[in-house]
Amino acid sequence: MIRFILGKLLYLVPTFIGITIIAFGFVRVLPGDPVLLMAGERGVSAERHAELAAQFGFDKPIWQQYLDFMGRLLQGDLGNSLVTKKPVLTEFLALFPATVELGLVAIIIATVIGVPVGVIAAIKRGSWFDQFSMTAALVGFSMPIFWWGLLLIILFSGILQWTPVSGRISLLYFFPQVTGFMLIDSLISGQKGAFTSALSHLILPSIVLATIPLAVIARQTRSAMLEVMGEDYVRTARAKGLPPSRVVGVHALRNAMIPVITTIGLQIGVLMAGAILTETIFSWPGIGKWMIDSISRRDYPVVQSGLLLIAGLVMMVNLIVDLTYGLINPRIRHK
Amino acid sequence: MSEQVVKLSDAAIRRRMLADFWFYFSQNRGAVAGLVVFILLVLIAVFAAVLAPHDPTAQYRDALLVPPVWQEGGRAEFLLGTDAVGRDMLSRLIYGAQYSLFIGIVVVSIALVGGIVVGLLAGFFGGWVDSVIMRVMDVILAFPSLLLALVLVAILGPGLTNAMIAIAIVYQPHFARLTRAAVMGEKAREYVTAARVAGAGNLRLMFRTILPNCLAPLIVQATLSFSSAVLDSAALGFLGMGAQPPASEWGTMLAEAREFILRAWWVVTFPGLAILISVLAINLMGDGLRDALDPKLKRS
Repeated sequence: MIRFILGKLLYLVPTFIGITIIAFGFVRVLPGDPVLLMAGERGVSAERHAELAAQFGFDKPIWQQYLDFMGRLLQGDLGNSLVTKKPVLTEFLALFPATVELGLVAIIIATVIGVPVGVIAAIKRGSWFDQFSMTAALVGFSMPIFWWGLLLIILFSGILQWTPVSGRISLLYFFPQVTGFMLIDSLISGQKGAFTSALSHLILPSIVLATIPLAVIARQTRSAMLEVMGEDYVRTARAKGLPPSRVVGVHALRNAMIPVITTIGLQIGVLMAGAILTETIFSWPGIGKWMIDSISRRDYPVVQSGLLLIAGLVMMVNLIVDLTYGLINPRIRHK
Repeated sequence: MSEQVVKLSDAAIRRRMLADFWFYFSQNRGAVAGLVVFILLVLIAVFAAVLAPHDPTAQYRDALLVPPVWQEGGRAEFLLGTDAVGRDMLSRLIYGAQYSLFIGIVVVSIALVGGIVVGLLAGFFGGWVDSVIMRVMDVILAFPSLLLALVLVAILGPGLTNAMIAIAIVYQPHFARLTRAAVMGEKAREYVTAARVAGAGNLRLMFRTILPNCLAPLIVQATLSFSSAVLDSAALGFLGMGAQPPASEWGTMLAEAREFILRAWWVVTFPGLAILISVLAINLMGDGLRDALDPKLKRS
């Protein structure tokens, strides 16, 4: 097992270096002089230009710049935002819990609904439930989620007035951030109505973000179940006279879950892309909105480091999925 | 039993394969429905100039935010209403179909050609060529596709062309991986060895001998990428990084409509519906294609 983990880690090293090259190269391939870009509209004098270039190391050869960049990176220094002047890492860590909270709730919704729907659809193959849920899944899979979010806002915030339009919690409530998760923090604060407010802010964005993963998980579960139900060991279990619930629940489901877990893990990348759109629509103060804002504000250090952090994160999650896969299925490990 | 050998010409084999394919494809009602909608979409895009009642950029100053014809205050000349500057929604939606199909075709062509060449090289030559190419593909795949496309557009500058290039770059690794896997499966087969012994060069082996036998998964992936391209380009347009106003691209239309969502539901609803219907139709077709082209599923 340790060899398996080490092998996987070693395999990631070149990919990670590639990611750093892309993030590093990003600012350098931008058309125009990076110093002038950072200086913005005001422009700089020739001396100040040279000074800034020296400060950022732009006067050094490109490979030296890259090594410096990597050196700073390994020390945890990701540079400062041009707009707020704060370290990028600090900003990232402050906003990260909002995205994690949204993403976690979304993936929970998607799994809790998607897996049972897929299982039932597979057991009752060809029934109206199967046809209806798989049609719905295909619609969900094809959904432009930015539009879906707007529709939900029209219905629930506009016409029904049930949910707020944007943000994480009503401005009436103020309490210290302990965990960064609004749902938990609002409970800890003990303020009346705070939790309900946080929940009502979270519900629409998480439904929107859950839509595509839900569709994918339901479809994947159904096809994995169908495949497993045709296997010999399931027929044997049936022939032994085991009750159908045990055949499905224990023999079939456990084996069908292997590809499903992979699918759920791989949705993290999808979630990150979805978070960009969802957070923009609902003004959710998370990583996705931060990246979009930074791109439009031309805050390149943030974009550069944000890219790096997000890609690193997706890579880590994929690694964990890979390892879990090896844990559940020894055949993978020993290949 | 007679030992008669039936000889079929190439054209006849092709006709049989096509008939075979259509038999399996037409079994899937959803796929046929998707195909019909897609053909309609193509016709709408091609004959947009004939079908659209108005110029998609003409602004009728006396008709701002007119609701659809069936709602109170609607006008017969604007069947689906008008937007905030008095442009006819229906005409803009019709012209929008041109954008979506064009984007899909361009993105898939670039990604497909790039992916096939890169994947063929990796799968055919193996060794360090394979390692280097596949690591580069891994790096691209490590970024969430929309985020990477956004950053690429930020580098290249917002606009439709750059958005298409960015999306194509992001999709290309999927084709490369599929091609590579298929090529590695085919490379060891006898017919390839036979062709090599007969003196076929590397280029001929790669493109004439092996590639045609790897097409099935690529066709399916191309269909799925087509629908993703329509979605992602609309998302980029929605974020202000794709086609720029006054283009009647559906995502860009949605971006312009955002501030009116609580006042004029039609400016938000119709462009999104258009995106959903086209993407759904293409995905239905893709499902059908996969079932028809995948020999493993055929027998079950």
